[in-house]
Amino acid sequence: MDPILNPFSSGTRLRDMIRAIRACKTAAEERAAIRKECAAIRTSINENDPDYRHRNLAKLMFIHMLGYPTHFGQMECLKCIASPGFPEKRIGYLGLMLLLDERQEVLMLVTNSLKQDLNHMNQYIVGLALCALGNICSAEMARDLAPEVERLLQFRDPNIRKKAALCSIRIIKKVPDLAENFVKPATALLKEKHHGVLITAVQLCADLCKVSREALEHIRKKCTEGLVRTLKDLANSSYSPEYDVSGITDPFLHIRLLKLLRLLGEGDADASDSMNDILAQVGTKTESNKVAANAILYECVQTIMSIEGNGGLRVLAIGILGKFLSNRDNNIRYVALNMLMKAVTADPQAVLRYRATILECVKDADASIRKRALELVYVLVNESNVKPLTTELVSYLETCDQDFKGDLTAKICSIVSKFSPEKIWYIDQMIKVLLEAGSFVKDEVWRALIVVISNASELHGYAVRALYKAFQKSNEQEAFTRVAIWCIGEYGDLLINNVGMLDLEDRITVTESDAVDLIEITIQCHALDFTTKAMALVALLKLSSRFPSCSERIREIIVKYKGNFVLELQQRSIEFNSIIARHQNIRSMLVERMPVLDEATFIGRQAGSLPDAGSISAGSSVSLPNGVAKPADSLVDLLDLNSNDAPAPSSSGGDFLQDLLGVDLSPAAQSGANQTSKSGTDALLDLLSVGSVSGPVESPSAQSNSSAIDILSASKSEKASVSPLDDLSSLSLSSRTTSITGAAPMMDLLDGFASTPPKSENNGTVYPSITAFESSSLQLTFNFSKQPGNSQTTNIQATFINLSSDEYTDFIFQAAVPKFLQLQLDPASGSTLPANGNGSITQNFRVTNSQNGKKSLVMRIRITYKINGKEKLEEGQISNFPRDL
Amino acid sequence: MIHFVLLISRQGKVRLTKWYSPYSQKERSKVIRELSSEILSRGPKLCNFVEWRGFKVVYKRYASLYFCICNDQDDNELETLSIIHHYVETLDRYFGSVCELDLIFNFHKAYFILDEILLAGEMQETSKRTTLRLIAAQEELLEAAKEEASSLSSIIAQATK
Repeated sequence: MDPILNPFSSGTRLRDMIRAIRACKTAAEERAAIRKECAAIRTSINENDPDYRHRNLAKLMFIHMLGYPTHFGQMECLKCIASPGFPEKRIGYLGLMLLLDERQEVLMLVTNSLKQDLNHMNQYIVGLALCALGNICSAEMARDLAPEVERLLQFRDPNIRKKAALCSIRIIKKVPDLAENFVKPATALLKEKHHGVLITAVQLCADLCKVSREALEHIRKKCTEGLVRTLKDLANSSYSPEYDVSGITDPFLHIRLLKLLRLLGEGDADASDSMNDILAQVGTKTESNKVAANAILYECVQTIMSIEGNGGLRVLAIGILGKFLSNRDNNIRYVALNMLMKAVTADPQAVLRYRATILECVKDADASIRKRALELVYVLVNESNVKPLTTELVSYLETCDQDFKGDLTAKICSIVSKFSPEKIWYIDQMIKVLLEAGSFVKDEVWRALIVVISNASELHGYAVRALYKAFQKSNEQEAFTRVAIWCIGEYGDLLINNVGMLDLEDRITVTESDAVDLIEITIQCHALDFTTKAMALVALLKLSSRFPSCSERIREIIVKYKGNFVLELQQRSIEFNSIIARHQNIRSMLVERMPVLDEATFIGRQAGSLPDAGSISAGSSVSLPNGVAKPADSLVDLLDLNSNDAPAPSSSGGDFLQDLLGVDLSPAAQSGANQTSKSGTDALLDLLSVGSVSGPVESPSAQSNSSAIDILSASKSEKASVSPLDDLSSLSLSSRTTSITGAAPMMDLLDGFASTPPKSENNGTVYPSITAFESSSLQLTFNFSKQPGNSQTTNIQATFINLSSDEYTDFIFQAAVPKFLQLQLDPASGSTLPANGNGSITQNFRVTNSQNGKKSLVMRIRITYKINGKEKLEEGQISNFPRDL
Repeated sequence: MIHFVLLISRQGKVRLTKWYSPYSQKERSKVIRELSSEILSRGPKLCNFVEWRGFKVVYKRYASLYFCICNDQDDNELETLSIIHHYVETLDRYFGSVCELDLIFNFHKAYFILDEILLAGEMQETSKRTTLRLIAAQEELLEAAKEEASSLSSIIAQATK
């Protein structure tokens, strides 16, 4: 076979193949060429000719880089690695790293070769093996080869030591248990002078600190001083050409040292103290406009921000960031914004000083910078600066790119709804946003606007007039159109009569037919979707009653839609037509103003849907319009979150019981998603903690309609002490216990059948009665008994005694327990409690303690009753239960 | 930690890929496609960082080649830029004013040099001189092996004559 006549044969040199492939003019040609070459390589592989193995592998790597499949070459890699010569091994290891990834089983076959090569005489072969191991080793390989690597940390040649150090990083990342073996050799390497070894040792120590608490303590105690000295020497070292990068000696080492110091200083005042001087020195003396110097400054600032506080240093750090922010280089500005984001939690006031500059960055031409800046602004907003910041952002909305509008709109809406100081401002801002970027506004946001408007009765007139005025100018944004139409339909009469004028408003003259005109024009607009048109039809129907003089004209407009292709519109048209034409007498009642929408319910719903929308990722609280929301019982909306049909707040206790179960189950189903998002939202946590209350059961005698809500709120406040993460993780558990509740008595029954437990066990321990609760007016005592054969369950008899001189009526006792307990209440003996202790109410209940022996019982109670028709409420926590219940 | 290094030409051709985190072959080609379209479309004056799937990709253009390094979110982006520059300077010293063609025809050498600078996604050597010395030493080994092989084959040829 003559290689010159046939460029694609195993005889061609690598260079010729590359040339031939590059000469291909079309993609098809290239594919054909590569197919041919691959065929030739396969034949050559089958012939098993060791002379060409090296070359074949090199070719395969090139082909692989072009994106063609090369799996048939994987075994060739292994053969090359197993061959004795350095050239074959070198290309073999390179192929191994490129053609395979750690998940492929073939990789296991290479473990033995690696082991041999790690013990090879030739240090370069050892180097190759370390390199491959460091780049692709899997957990099994890490376990198998860790002793070899550990030994190589003390190899005579520094170039092997540094490779072994980095290899160790990979190993402890894969198998954190192995960390302790590496702590000693790693700290020994920190004393070396060779920069390569030193930098790798520093990195190894940093990773050890990350995976093992003990390693962190050890390194903090033993090495902090030495590291500070090393950094000092480095920072003060004279010019050394080998490591110089634009006037600084080894910036990489600088940065890695600062990074490790950060880990050591975090959460430890002494260690932080010892590094203050050198940080100050690096922060002040590093002066340059080169990338390397700025990289060091950036790292230094990061370290200063993370270690235990030192006011002076923080000022220095914020100063450096300020300088960065005014830099003309986009990269520097980007990192400054990035860093300020972290500084915000430490010192928001200092960051606020750069507000103007940050706002400028929101308008930057660079998408990465814009995104960072916007996120920073979002975090910086508070009640006091929300107005100017929003004004800036909204005005920018007019000019910004289309692809940035979505982000910006979402953030503005979120800021406005969270911090708006008053409703009128909220309405104004939302109208502006809707006009400018209505198509980017999410459905729930414009619906929220409607809810807010409907709740602000004094602003109905203002809102409808503002919307009308804006609507005349532009009707391009569908979301805006919907809000405007809805409001005109509802509050059309306020529009034309200028009812409820505010001082700041100009009078406008709108006649009845003007308003109808506007809607007629809208409904005829083809661009609108049928939901909007349907809303317009409803608005027209409402106006027909508000403006009797236009009634006939409105009917004509509505009638036009009776043949519409969209069933919804057709139906509405025909029905509305008959209402207007034939049911004059009831029409005005039919189209009365909508009852005020329940804001709390709506917000609750919205909060529930927010994790999907991702608009609260910054860990902010619920988008509860401060000062806009009425102080509704937040528990109501929590309940509503999970049941799809909103339970009216007036439903009876029995309904709530079902809701409770619903609440309990559905969050558990969501928990998977929620756990990962872990957005830290208050609402979400509240929701979850509701889910984790394991069956606060309402006593069946309860009649008060709000009682279930109260029970929940009681248990919720108790939950506040439990860490939210706990709640998250225990979710599924709690839902399980709930489902068991029903089955528990059944099991008891079976127990009774299976074996009659000896009486002695029953009476084995006698628990003293306790006074669980006592106030000036009420005393509550608990008597305990154990259920036979069930050490976890305790029967409790509660006795209530009235200490006052008035009779209590409608007496209701409620209790809630944390999630490791389970509670079943029996009906009370009565609901009336005679005065002066002349009688009592008793109520039995059972508590099952799933952590019996580890945790003792605890309970929150709430008692409501009436004295001469006046509601009274008493609450308390019971924690003085006998220990081993 | 560095998750991968990519070299992409302005036409979107891949010139070098190095993976320090496990990505299956399928994911690799997807990553390359996604990133090259994102990075190649960015204007010249914008910053060199792209946020991508919770990571940060730092890139820099040298002549017709884009050098991209994918980092963790909290790594020092400016340092990564310096690492890229360090690698390019090392290549430059090795090839003597390096150009894209050098990296195409000697792609394996570009890999070998990278392996002396980065390992396990971390910085291994900060001295260009040491890196080049190690590469040179290994090339000597190659030459020696080649000579040995050719002398061996001539002995065999003579013996079988």
